[in-house]
Amino acid sequence: MSSTAREWREIPGRYNLKGSKCPECGKVFFPKRSMCPLCRRASIGKMIEYKVERKGTVYTYSVVYDVPEANKRMKPYVVGMIRTDDDILLTAQIVDVDPENVEIGMRVQAVLRKIDDDGPSGVIHYGFKFAPCE
Amino acid sequence: MDVGIVSYGAYVPRYRITPEEIGKVWGENGKAMGKGLFIEQKSVPAPDEDVVTISVAAARAMMARTDVDPREIGALYVGSESHPYAVKPTSTIVAEAIEATPDLTAADMEFACKAGTAGIQVCMGLVGSGMIEYGVAIGADTSQGAPGDALEYSASAGGAAYLIGKKNIIAKINRTISYTTDTPDFWRREGQDYPSHGGRFTGEPAYFRHITNATQRLLADAGTKPGDYDYAVFHQPNGKFPTRVAAMMGFTEAQITKGLMTPYIGNTYSGAVPIGLASVLDIAKPGDRILVVSYGSGAGSDAFDITVTDRIRKYKREAAPTVEKIVSNVKYVDYATYAKFKGKIKMEE
Repeated sequence: MSSTAREWREIPGRYNLKGSKCPECGKVFFPKRSMCPLCRRASIGKMIEYKVERKGTVYTYSVVYDVPEANKRMKPYVVGMIRTDDDILLTAQIVDVDPENVEIGMRVQAVLRKIDDDGPSGVIHYGFKFAPCE
Repeated sequence: MDVGIVSYGAYVPRYRITPEEIGKVWGENGKAMGKGLFIEQKSVPAPDEDVVTISVAAARAMMARTDVDPREIGALYVGSESHPYAVKPTSTIVAEAIEATPDLTAADMEFACKAGTAGIQVCMGLVGSGMIEYGVAIGADTSQGAPGDALEYSASAGGAAYLIGKKNIIAKINRTISYTTDTPDFWRREGQDYPSHGGRFTGEPAYFRHITNATQRLLADAGTKPGDYDYAVFHQPNGKFPTRVAAMMGFTEAQITKGLMTPYIGNTYSGAVPIGLASVLDIAKPGDRILVVSYGSGAGSDAFDITVTDRIRKYKREAAPTVEKIVSNVKYVDYATYAKFKGKIKMEE
């Protein structure tokens, strides 16, 4: 069982790819960070919201057969690293495409899907996955 | 001031199952069943899709086609009979996902298959009265049909979203009327997995009575006749009912074909009429007149008289896929996969 409050805090990142950017060195963090580990004190209280581009290309991927309980009905499925158009590397499930048709360099876009839930009476968690571009 | 559609977007999951495949499992002639219902296939949601994800996909397509700032949206309604939560709104999740929060009102609606058009009417009222600048009405469902029941051949998944406003409208809603009675033709009690229906009772006293009355009242109010409309979209629980109701009232096949999506995607319930209208708007030209009549069991019909404006020429239709494109991305599944995807197989907790 996950913490509902923790999941709730992550909604901006999970729904809309909101990360943060250090105003000092310009480095982007996703998930967001409240301070830049490089600029440290100089960045405290100054980190700005940064929305990662929703489109990108498949940098690499893997087909998952040994799956967590939440994804049992999707087995086998693809997890990939996506290089977004603003050069951020994200890890996410790749959906709406058969594993044999996923290719490195393939154009994809972020979509909102169910990630998992806290059981039949628990909270449903939604977040980004990537699907082939229309 | 005129109120109408500023933008729209649709979404249908890519998986499909055919009536033959369903019939094979239950010892029925699925092909004949499909032919009788005018349904070639129906959409099936992936295991990670529900009314929230379908609504968000449709709403994001809607927002991609407009320059409206989501923070100007003052109301958001999601109409569905398959909201993922019994208590906890779908609409708040959708509003968050299109960044319309926090300065808006939001609520979930339910009126069998017409909760989406009910949302459009509420938004029209709020926009027309000046209470809000823009309102979003979404109709979406991942509808349920009990295994082996006639409904299983049609109950599918999909949805469409409409941005209602006064500025830059691509289609003016000239008027809307509703026809509502207490008619128990189809229902689902709290806690039940599948709906029940009155079989043939869902026809004459329910679907046909409400659709024809709503249509005739709207035509009388508007002073129009069936021939004045370039397109007509009727609620489509299957392909047969809308075709028959159109013919009964003097509408031609040419008027209803573009808005009749059920033969290719099944009955998307609250999404059905909104998706049909989206399909028409995908090709509509300035001056085109569209009649839209939804139906929700229980029962009621909302009728709309719509005129497409010149603004549609500048509208960014290409910023999101057309309904035709969406429904062409198809992967067929067998009954076992469908049962797994829809959660019809009981899994170990």
